[in-house]
Amino acid sequence: MYEIVWEPIIWIISFVIITITVYIIRAIGRVDYRGGEEEKPFLSGMEAPKEKMHISASNVYWGFIDALKGYYNSMKKIHSGVINDYVSWFMLITAIIFISLFLYGVIK
Amino acid sequence: MNWLITHSPALLILLPLLSAFLMPLIDKISKKARNFFAVIIFIIVEILVIILALDILKNGMHVYAIGERNPLQTIPTQAVVPIRIVLQIDAMGIFMGIISATVCLSACIYSLAYIEEGRGKGKFYTLLLLILVGMLGMEFTGDIFNLFVFYEILSIASAALIVYSRKGEASEGAFKFLVISSISALFILFSVALFYGEYDLLNIAYLAKNIKYTHIDKIALALLVSAFAMKCGSVPMHFWCPDAYSVAPSSITATLVAGSQASLYALFRVCFTLYGLKLDSQLIGGILIIFGLLSMFVGVTMAIPQKDIKRLMAYHAISQTGYMLLGVGAGFYLLGKPEFEIYGIKAMEGGIFHIINHAMYKGLLFLTAGAIFYRLKTRNLNEMGGLAHTMKYTSVFFIIGALAIAGIPPFNGFASKLIIYESVYKISPILSIIAMLVSILTLASFVKVFYSAFMGPKIHDVREVPKSMLIGMGVLTFVIIFFGLFPQYIVNNLVNPAVMALAKQAGYLSAIGG
Repeated sequence: MYEIVWEPIIWIISFVIITITVYIIRAIGRVDYRGGEEEKPFLSGMEAPKEKMHISASNVYWGFIDALKGYYNSMKKIHSGVINDYVSWFMLITAIIFISLFLYGVIK
Repeated sequence: MNWLITHSPALLILLPLLSAFLMPLIDKISKKARNFFAVIIFIIVEILVIILALDILKNGMHVYAIGERNPLQTIPTQAVVPIRIVLQIDAMGIFMGIISATVCLSACIYSLAYIEEGRGKGKFYTLLLLILVGMLGMEFTGDIFNLFVFYEILSIASAALIVYSRKGEASEGAFKFLVISSISALFILFSVALFYGEYDLLNIAYLAKNIKYTHIDKIALALLVSAFAMKCGSVPMHFWCPDAYSVAPSSITATLVAGSQASLYALFRVCFTLYGLKLDSQLIGGILIIFGLLSMFVGVTMAIPQKDIKRLMAYHAISQTGYMLLGVGAGFYLLGKPEFEIYGIKAMEGGIFHIINHAMYKGLLFLTAGAIFYRLKTRNLNEMGGLAHTMKYTSVFFIIGALAIAGIPPFNGFASKLIIYESVYKISPILSIIAMLVSILTLASFVKVFYSAFMGPKIHDVREVPKSMLIGMGVLTFVIIFFGLFPQYIVNNLVNPAVMALAKQAGYLSAIGG
């Protein structure tokens, strides 16, 4: 039989080694490069209140959703929230399965 | 011990059923006693399932005739076919039983603090026990009429718990769930009537032996496939899922996922055991693969723009069901061909392994969403932020659940997805590419949730959730990590026997005699 090899323990050991390596590289960096102006978010020199710095969920991936506007508009139409539509889809799929079973039998 | 093992199939259904009826009475006596009683019953059911599983994996299938003096005598002396309610539990059935019992146990512990007193908590546990009865009944029955009966118990109890919050949107979600479940139940009942009219039989094994794949059988097959595919949330019959999952209490959403998987099991049982090689496995396998691909893609793309955390997770539940349909559908597509032994079984292993993995991480994710709702009283992601500052354990549980669902190693989701990717690649590389793309999008959408809910400056001054809720999440987290670290152990000892039980129809048919 076809075998799929996956050893999570080896993966974890590799992960730990990489983490330690990254930590060592970070540790040999400049110690004084912390806590200064350079850590503040760039907002054209304006001081931003901490609470306003959080980006809400609606703004995440807006570009992706905007790029696929056509797809999402059609999907919104299908997901109407109306129970009649749900039942119609259910019936339609049952009918398709039913017809395919008969047609496949005839063609075969 | 032998007595317990022999009677455990019946006990596993009767114990939660009787407890459900006792629950309102105990609720009147004492609240503490009610909580203790509920937890104890779920723990006993879990232990019984494990005992039965160990015995089935060692000694093979269990058959139990309810009401017969000798429960192993499935055919009464005055009859030639089984006429009693017969439970028939093979490795696949008990595999599903483990999932149902574990998710319900976690949901019960979690609900101790999550569900408020004074809102009919006794009724809540009554219905939760009935959900467990419905699921275990569907998974253990060897009789197609009782499959319908347990399906109805599961549907009605689930609908009653979806509306538990008694808000307008909850009523709407429950109404949609109930309407669509009732129609699908009628489809199943109509199929049962067709079988009974044609063969005078209700026992699945005997039906499978006698089935001739006539036009009547084709009608029954179409009805059964669409009914169970709808109930497991397959696209394009998934519309009820986001509406119902998002409004139910979070512990119930986790059990709704397990309930959907019981329907998925019924779908596989119908295809592999009831019809087997008598039907056009390529056609039905192809239909399952198409359902799988559509569910994966539509589920994940619809999850990305969601602002309601539970609605987003509900779409992911649909997407993940697609993986299971793809894996097992690929196996069914190859049934009866030489390739089945080479990579068809592997594809099925991936699909079946993904069922248990999904139940665990999706259950966990819904519980973390519930934990957020418990403190913030909102499901809107836009109103969240910075929760990792104070809800540290919930954050860690969420990260583990999110990484598992996205298929990131070394968590359990990766283990099952890897098997699916590699095995369905042999059928068509396109299938694997779509599956991997969906995993990437899954990760992307959970990054969105993690970023908007847990990261950022501290906005809300909230505390961590109570201990019982953390324990409920902890149980599932432990399983996720364990399954992720030792996938080969789970696949060899639990998943492979389940796959073989499903794939080898003859074993199921011969166990009942005749």
